[in-house]
Amino acid sequence: MTRIRVATTWLDGCSGCHMSFLDIDENIIELFDRIDLVYSPLVDFKTIPENIDLALVEGAVSSEADREELQTLRSRSKVLISFGDCAVTANVPGMRNQFGVMETLSRSYIENSASGQILPSGSVPKLIEYCRPVHEYVAVDLFLPGCPPPAGVILSTLNDFIDGRPPVIGGKTHFGA
Amino acid sequence: MRYPAFLQRISDRADVQPVRTLTFSINGQVLSAREDETILSVARENGISIPTLCHMDGLSERGACRLCIVEIKGSPKLSPSCVTLPRQDMEVTTNSDRVKNYRRKILELLFTERNHICSVCVSNGHCDLQALTTELGMTHVHYDYLHTRHAVDASHERFSVDHNRCVLCQRCIRVCEEIEGAHTWDVMGRGYLSKVISDLNQPWGESSTCTGCGKCVQVCPTGALSEKGKSVAEMTKRRQFLPYLKLMRGDESR
Repeated sequence: MTRIRVATTWLDGCSGCHMSFLDIDENIIELFDRIDLVYSPLVDFKTIPENIDLALVEGAVSSEADREELQTLRSRSKVLISFGDCAVTANVPGMRNQFGVMETLSRSYIENSASGQILPSGSVPKLIEYCRPVHEYVAVDLFLPGCPPPAGVILSTLNDFIDGRPPVIGGKTHFGA
Repeated sequence: MRYPAFLQRISDRADVQPVRTLTFSINGQVLSAREDETILSVARENGISIPTLCHMDGLSERGACRLCIVEIKGSPKLSPSCVTLPRQDMEVTTNSDRVKNYRRKILELLFTERNHICSVCVSNGHCDLQALTTELGMTHVHYDYLHTRHAVDASHERFSVDHNRCVLCQRCIRVCEEIEGAHTWDVMGRGYLSKVISDLNQPWGESSTCTGCGKCVQVCPTGALSEKGKSVAEMTKRRQFLPYLKLMRGDESR
C-alpha cells in the first residue's frame, strides 16, 4: 500500500483543531500505517516539502507570513482542506476586523498592559488589515467547519480520502462547538 | 376574528373568503387548503418541510428573512411562502436546485453582515441560524464579510442585546407588540445597517415602555437577545409560553 503524504499547519488559530485531530486516540496508530506526516507543527520538519497529497490548514490568515505559508502549501498540495472554523470563517481571530489593527493592538499592549506598553514588532509577523478565511486566498477542495471539528469526522474524512471515497461531511460537524 | 396587522390586510381582501377551500399542489402532491392559509402553513400541515428563520408559530408573518422562498409555476420570481396564499391549481415547488441555491446564498449573506461567530456565542448549540447552516448544507461563505461594527446594550437589569448577532427577523418586535402589548421594540435605518431599537433609540434599561417580561429574549433565534449571566452555549430559549398564551386568550389568529 502506498502511503499518502499529509501536511498540516496552523495559521491564526488556537491549535484546538490539531488537538481534536490527536483526539482520534488509538486510531492514530492505524492511520499512521497509511500516511506519512511530511510537514506539521506536530513534527519537526522546518520547510514545506514538494508533492503533498493532502494538506489540512487550521487557522485564519492574519499576517503576510500566514499568507505566504498558505500559498506555498497550496502550490505543493493536490488537495487542501480548510480545517475548522478559523480557516473556514476567520472565527475568533476575525473578530478584530471590526476594530482595525491599531485599536486591537493598543487595547492589548498599551491600555491593558501593566508594564512595557510596547507594540509587538521585529520577529513577530505584522498583522494585515483584515483577518480572512483561507478560501479568500487560495482554492479550497473541502471545508471542515467546527470549533473544533469532532475527532470522528477528522478521522473519517482522512480515511475517505485515503480510500478514494468522496468525503461526506453533512450533519457530522457544524459551525461552533 | 382579530388578525395581526399584516394578516389584516390579507383578510380584508374581497377575493378571500376564509370559508372557501381550494386545491393546489406542492412538489406534485395535490393538496386542499383554506383560501386564507399561507403556502408555508399548508406545507407544514402536510409534513412538507420549508426552512424558515423569521417565522414563529404564534406571531404574525413578516417575510423578513426570505429563507422560505418557493417556486410557483408561471412566475419568474421566487415567492416567500410565509406571506403567499395559494391559488386554485397553483403549482408550487419547495425543493428545486434553484430554490435551494438561493436559500443558501441568502443564509451566507446573513453571515457576511454581522458577527455570527458561533464558537463564542451564548446561543451556541441552541441557535436557529446555526442550525440552518446544517439544514441548508452551508459549508462556508462565498462572499466577502462586511466587518460591520454594532453596539452591545447591556443597560437592562436582566437582559442584554448584542446587535452584532441580530439577523433583523423582527420576532422581538412582533412578540412585544402582539403578545405583550408594549411595543417597546421597533426598527430604525435601512438595509444591512438597520437596527432594532427600544423606544426612541434609547438604552433598553431606560425604556419607559418595557415591562421586563423577557418574551423578546425567548423568541430571538440567535444570541442577539440573551439573559445576563449566561456564558457561551448556556442560553437556551424557552418558547412554550407562546402557544399557551394564544390558547388561553382564545386568539386563534396566526
